Amino acid sequence: MTQFNASVYIKLKNGVNDPQGLAVISGLKQLGFEAIDSARVGKVIDIKLDAESEEQAKNDLTEMCEQLLANPVIEDFDISITNI
Amino acid sequence: MKVAIVVFPGTWSDDDCMYAMHQVGADPYKIWHTEKSLNNPDLVIIPGGFSYGDYLRCGAIARFSNVMKSVTSFSKSGGPVIGICNGFQILCEAGMLPGVLMQNDSLQFRCQDTYLKPNSNALSSPFLDKLDRDTPLKIPISHGSGNYFVDGKTLDILENQNRIAFRYSNEFGDIDQKYNPNGSINNIAGILNESGNVLGMMPHPERACDELLDSTDGNAIWNSIIEVVRHKE
Repeated sequence: MTQFNASVYIKLKNGVNDPQGLAVISGLKQLGFEAIDSARVGKVIDIKLDAESEEQAKNDLTEMCEQLLANPVIEDFDISITNI
Repeated sequence: MKVAIVVFPGTWSDDDCMYAMHQVGADPYKIWHTEKSLNNPDLVIIPGGFSYGDYLRCGAIARFSNVMKSVTSFSKSGGPVIGICNGFQILCEAGMLPGVLMQNDSLQFRCQDTYLKPNSNALSSPFLDKLDRDTPLKIPISHGSGNYFVDGKTLDILENQNRIAFRYSNEFGDIDQKYNPNGSINNIAGILNESGNVLGMMPHPERACDELLDSTDGNAIWNSIIEVVRHKE
């Protein structure tokens, strides 16, 4: 078994309204960052796990996302894994 | 009518539901989330609150509790279940109702009276069958995440199967975006499952149960289900 570090990025799907992102845009513009075009707020979940291989780790994390970490109605997820 | 009121860590509307059930002459009792049995109720209420601190997503963690397994099998055998506010969020996360409740489009927590227009074409449901569907109900909301969302395909299914129970309206029953307090798609305030025995709604009928609270309109929903249950006995 090898231990892996993973970051799971949960993002709102394209087309799903993100009022938090809109508030961030408005705040940044008020600070003078006029060039900002879009901002979408998501979340990151850092997970440490044991697995036989990186592929196995990725499969496990995908299942975690599908069953709990992301809501498939509104959210997409990306997984990035680094070997410890 | 025996009413099981499910309580999770962070549920806050269980006492309100107890009070409302006494108001309409029902026989309510609470069920802690670790319990496996619901004690043969005629109705299950999943009340509002902040179960498990709204961690990860509103309602996401509650579905793993013992009691939800019993609630699921109760509903599958046709038993009536109503999820109110956080209870609605829990039913969606548990897959008992489609869609998700997102953060209000205003980014504000909204605590105010709303008017709900019952859907005249809604499918048969114990919560609606004995209710006057022409009269809007004055029932308060109290939530930060009540912005109902589903993908277009599922929304079409909900509309075509007449599964929208209530929409936000004005006091005359006119439905419009401007009476929508949270940005819900198609002004949806409550939806039914395919067979009509599971209702999820963001407004709190248990908080419109006494003249002191300025409205007793919530009782129309409770009286409907009481009459349906009595009819069966």
